Amino acid sequence: MADRALSLTAAGLAVGIGLLLLAPLAALGLGLQGFSLAPAELAALRFTLWQAVLSAGLSVALAIPVARALARRRFRGRDLLISTLGAPFILPVIVAVLGLLAVFGRAGWVNQTLTGLGLSPVSIYGLQGVVLAHVFFNMPLAVRMILHGWQAIPAERFRLAASLGFSPADTMRHIERPMLRAVLPGVALVIFVICLTSFAVALTLGGGPKATTVELAIYQALRFDFDLAGAARLALVQFALCTAAYAVATRLALPTGFGAGQGRAGGPPAPKGWPLRLDVLVIIFAAMFLALPILAVVLDGLPGMLDLPPQVWQAAARSLIIALASTAISLGVALTLALAAARGRNWPGFAASLPLAASSLVLGTGLFLILQPYFRPASLALPVTMAINAALSLPFAFRILAPEARSLFDDYNRLTSSLGITGFARLRFVVLPRLSRPLGFAAGLVAALSMGDLGVIALFAGEGEATLPLLVQRLMGAYRIQTAASAALLLVSLSFALFWGFDQWGRRHASA
Amino acid sequence: MLQLDRVQARFDDFTLAADWQVPKGARVAVIGPSGAGKSTLLSLIGGFLMPDQGRVLWQGRDLTREDPGARPMTTLFQDQNLFPHLTIAQNLGLGISPSLRLTAADYDRIEAALAHTGLAGFGTRKPAQLSGGQQSRAALARALLRDKPILLLDEPFAALGPALKREMLGLVTLLADETGATVLMVTHDPAEARTFAPLTCLVEGGIAHAPQATAALLDNPPPALADYLG
Repeated sequence: MADRALSLTAAGLAVGIGLLLLAPLAALGLGLQGFSLAPAELAALRFTLWQAVLSAGLSVALAIPVARALARRRFRGRDLLISTLGAPFILPVIVAVLGLLAVFGRAGWVNQTLTGLGLSPVSIYGLQGVVLAHVFFNMPLAVRMILHGWQAIPAERFRLAASLGFSPADTMRHIERPMLRAVLPGVALVIFVICLTSFAVALTLGGGPKATTVELAIYQALRFDFDLAGAARLALVQFALCTAAYAVATRLALPTGFGAGQGRAGGPPAPKGWPLRLDVLVIIFAAMFLALPILAVVLDGLPGMLDLPPQVWQAAARSLIIALASTAISLGVALTLALAAARGRNWPGFAASLPLAASSLVLGTGLFLILQPYFRPASLALPVTMAINAALSLPFAFRILAPEARSLFDDYNRLTSSLGITGFARLRFVVLPRLSRPLGFAAGLVAALSMGDLGVIALFAGEGEATLPLLVQRLMGAYRIQTAASAALLLVSLSFALFWGFDQWGRRHASA
Repeated sequence: MLQLDRVQARFDDFTLAADWQVPKGARVAVIGPSGAGKSTLLSLIGGFLMPDQGRVLWQGRDLTREDPGARPMTTLFQDQNLFPHLTIAQNLGLGISPSLRLTAADYDRIEAALAHTGLAGFGTRKPAQLSGGQQSRAALARALLRDKPILLLDEPFAALGPALKREMLGLVTLLADETGATVLMVTHDPAEARTFAPLTCLVEGGIAHAPQATAALLDNPPPALADYLG
């Protein structure tokens, strides 16, 4: 009986997810008047594809030497560095952009050095800036995935190579290159898909006819031109793009797991001499590339932390409410679907991954078209953002919970049902305690993602509804860089505190 | 009386049929080759699997459609009999109230059941802090608290050494004598069947045969059982 209630709830939620995604698409389709793309829209499409290709290619190319250095060297702080590579996933985009501006911007550290040396400064705006920011976010992801590939090569393979007297070039050719050939396409594709939906980066570092992504073009069509038909057209283009990319990505066997192992015995050979010097340089360079922008935000933001204007605190409160609410929604839905999936069904997993085909601005535009005849968009900014953040983080939460829910079912379902533990008692005494670790981790991820999200809120919010990331962006736009840096520091602190808090809660309650 | 009324179950790779009954208070060993369906038989009785045809009855009451937790029986599984995140007292408490709403009197009963199974004072510990034998005792103590007329043992002591196993069987016998429970016990060991169970059900060739007197069956085994016993 309890099983049936769970299945019905899960099925209802699955239908709800489908509707939440389909209704905006239907609205977009109805908003259409003929389908021919204007030259500016075609340019946006071209730029979106081109920057995604460049970002994926560069991220992967730069990640290979870093992953190799991490795979074959052991040093103090290595484990810390590897875990830190996971941090960009929950780092708010706007904070990273601010940090990159401080390092690579017009008056940034790099350009100061260049002009000091009598060289001409480089610009961070346009294609190069967009790609730079994407590499900042995705190179660490690529390193982790490729490192995982390296660590998955059995130590015996390297032992055999050593006994046969392989040179490093032989080892590369016979062992490492086949691994890379298997792993790299998947890594590049994942990054390509992520970069297709880039909005906040394009909003801050791109723009103009030469550097506008489709996502950004949607925003401009709605916010500046109030061109509903144009926004609908672009949103459908974006949806088709994401769906196609996602379909290809699921067909291609993706490298599994983001967790890299920690120092198992017998990795690849670690040659001395110039390869060692090169590895040291590579690791220092990668660590600095990731750390300097964050350090810049901390240094710039810290002095102003004590006299932040009240609007920053109000925005922070709004962001916290949105983050907590979308976490509750996302986790509730993900847990229900994961428990249903644990009973050997496939549809809950399918429903939970549907949002991967949509993007924040696509859903936002659809909801905008549905709601704007009846409501003032600004009055719905917070609930719409909550719902879309919850939907877009659902695939991540589900993937974290599903395997654990499965083993809970396999291990304890017979005992639980033989004792007649059902309903709320089952949730309270069996499910929540047994799943608290993945629940805490997933809640931390969802809360941090939602806290730092700068997407649909930009479509709906007026003056009084800005979330903290949007406010940081507006402060930057108004050249109040000092205040922006302090607000960004507050934002990143809150994001990581949310992640840390939820994750710790999960670990503390995961006993035995 | 526990009755399997023309029970038929078909699974991907094999079928199992049973059509027999045993009186209340009977002690039945379930013996047969690996993969023949001994655990499946217990799962059908316990309600974890549904038969395609036939009924499972207890004292004339049809159990076939009832949830496992609603059936008048307790199952001890091969493993995972305790929740590792709950204390021993809570694990036992689940046998009294599945929602763990326990009165002071309930806690007294838990303490008494622990004492009865040689676990006095272990209530506040977690299962991981107990030895394998103590964990089995805790599971038995909960069966005692649930006080159901049927006890299904799906090799819960398989991981214990011979001496501990004998000790646990002794405890089961003691508890079954006290409560008058009907016991079905899966076993691989003919000696175990002889000491514990007057009746033995042979499971082989897709059939759970009607229980027969253990001694007679083992002294004069049919060919399939003879092959299995070696």
